[in-house]
Amino acid sequence: MYKLFLRSLISVLFLLGFSLNANAEFKVGFVYVGPTGDHGWTYQHHEGRNAVEALGIKTTYVESVPEGADAERVIRQLAQSGHDLIFTTSFGYMDPTNKVAKDFPNVKFEHATGYKREHSNVSTYSARFYEGRTLLGHMAGKMTKTNTIGYIASFPIPEVIRGINAMTLAAQKVNPDIKTKIVWVFTWYDPGKESEAAQALIDQGADIIMQHTDSTAPVQVAEKAGVWSFGQASDMQRFAPKSILTSIIDDWAPYYVERSIAARDGTWKQQDTWHGLKEGMVAMAPYNSAMGSDLVKEVEQLQKDLASGKAHSFTGPIYDQKGNILVAEGAVADDGMLAGMNVYVKGVEGDIPQ
Amino acid sequence: MIKIEKRNDVSRSIYFLTPVLAIFLTLFGGGIIFYILGFNPIEALKFFFITPISDLYGLSELLVKATPLCLIAIGLSFCFKSNNWNIGAEGQLIFGGIVGGGVALLFYNHGGFYVLPIIILSGAIGGMLFAMIPAILKTYFNTNEILVSLMLVYVAKLLLDYLVVGPWSNPEGFNFPETRQFSESARMPILFDGLRIHAGIFITLITVFLSWLILYKTYLGFQIKVSGLSLKTAKYAGYKGKTMIIIVFMISGACAGLAGVGEITGPIGQLHRNISPDYGFTAIIVAFLGRLNPVGIIFASLIVALTYLGAETAQIFLQVPKYTGQVFQGMILFFLLGSDYLLFFKIKFLGLKKNEL
Repeated sequence: MYKLFLRSLISVLFLLGFSLNANAEFKVGFVYVGPTGDHGWTYQHHEGRNAVEALGIKTTYVESVPEGADAERVIRQLAQSGHDLIFTTSFGYMDPTNKVAKDFPNVKFEHATGYKREHSNVSTYSARFYEGRTLLGHMAGKMTKTNTIGYIASFPIPEVIRGINAMTLAAQKVNPDIKTKIVWVFTWYDPGKESEAAQALIDQGADIIMQHTDSTAPVQVAEKAGVWSFGQASDMQRFAPKSILTSIIDDWAPYYVERSIAARDGTWKQQDTWHGLKEGMVAMAPYNSAMGSDLVKEVEQLQKDLASGKAHSFTGPIYDQKGNILVAEGAVADDGMLAGMNVYVKGVEGDIPQ
Repeated sequence: MIKIEKRNDVSRSIYFLTPVLAIFLTLFGGGIIFYILGFNPIEALKFFFITPISDLYGLSELLVKATPLCLIAIGLSFCFKSNNWNIGAEGQLIFGGIVGGGVALLFYNHGGFYVLPIIILSGAIGGMLFAMIPAILKTYFNTNEILVSLMLVYVAKLLLDYLVVGPWSNPEGFNFPETRQFSESARMPILFDGLRIHAGIFITLITVFLSWLILYKTYLGFQIKVSGLSLKTAKYAGYKGKTMIIIVFMISGACAGLAGVGEITGPIGQLHRNISPDYGFTAIIVAFLGRLNPVGIIFASLIVALTYLGAETAQIFLQVPKYTGQVFQGMILFFLLGSDYLLFFKIKFLGLKKNEL
């Protein structure tokens, strides 16, 4: 009797679960690592979501999802509750995304900045942020008086190291004497740590502050100290109107719109996307006129050349810190080398934390 | 003129009913908040508290989430009952995770039934040793255990950061701050296919039973209770205070360490920087909501776990801000402490007397 009761209870619960899912409308889900109001990484993904929503496609988002055991449940819940396409927008969701994808072959998954596509319904995408860094390097090299560039870095992963190298190479091209000083904060978002790092770099003589972290704290510190800075992920100009020369903007909207339409119309296919200035996934905020119209023109030209392929962020000769050649004269680094980059180029101070 | 008097006749049944009252007040308060935010309160509460557990997967997730909370809270109840304020369970959890994870990496690609028990045991010992630091400092150097245990949380966090970024990071992982995925032999067995509920739940249940046995059936348990009620009495009775302080911290740390190792060998499967969404702190609420009673803590951990799941579901279905989950946890504690106050104290409203005018 007891067993019968238990069995019927379970089947009722199952039916209840299925009836909740019986929803034919096309829906897109987003999983964010931070709050939508971080004005950096998550904010830009949220802007991308808004663009999808503007098409009349129903979307759902879950913010501040920790990259631990909870992520898998959130992703699974989105899949279970009738979402047809799910964007998981942080590296830490890589394994959970693939795990859930295995159980939901009819749902499409898009994982940002990862490298695992274990099932045919998982795509990955990221942006060539380093192209933006090249532009920052050019400006920094021209604008610095102390020849010291302060760089707030998050984690020693290839993406971050690529940015540091691209920036340093571009700055050296216009100013061979520059040094790049780096503070590793080991966080993507921690206004307290980021502002301490910015202050420490300024104290060490940096008159340019740039960041590979998501809060607006560093640019605010730079504004107060009267040094130049660059915004990250979104246009941070209003947080430091005098100090910011420009911001690298992650523009996910076109990609999200394209992939959502493809999934809705049944033309979605697995792919690994790495878009840059050319496709518009990396964009630049308006340039600060304080750097002078000549420099603005130079940078705009460089931006065009990078987009058209005439210029490349990693054009040889490139040497590592010990002077070994990494990329031969005239050659450019291929995507494989860029994806696994784990050495500094000459001119960067310190060692990569290991 | 308001006068506050202590009540001397608090009945046991009311003492255990107030948490239930606190939960109902929280539901009511939550309904009001949803209403103010512009949601239908009944619908929102349904998405918050019923939808998450309306299928087997949800029920399994509830248990997955409640398992660490229950384990830590049980351990904390030993400390709290004896007036030792261990606030650093989060650190003990992380340290247990570090030690257990280290052993798991040591046994990478080793098969064998003995691997998992060794990992679990080492995790418990790790948490236990880490909890002994505030205990020994308290007993021999008179430091404040609240501060020491709390500050050690950050020590554990930074140590974990260092390990997963540096020496223990996955050699094939492009420097991302995480270790390898542990081998199958180092993972908690999954109880049902397709669900995440794992063998850790048995460890929790055994721990609950042993705790009940120690607290209510042994001399040590009696000592713990007496010390909690009155330190002076305990002293007069000749109990060895120092030994007891160290023992309760050891029990508490071992439980937190077990929770940590359960998480990394269970749902996570590797070490990275976010192995715990502050379970160690949330478990403090669980311990008090459960009245520091093993059975009470089981129920309390399920309820608090549900607030986590509910916050996610409500956000998915209604786009309610995720932080409402924390608001609910805060409200439960607030109403519990509030009703406790009224339970133990009488508030008398006296008219103003003539000579006071």
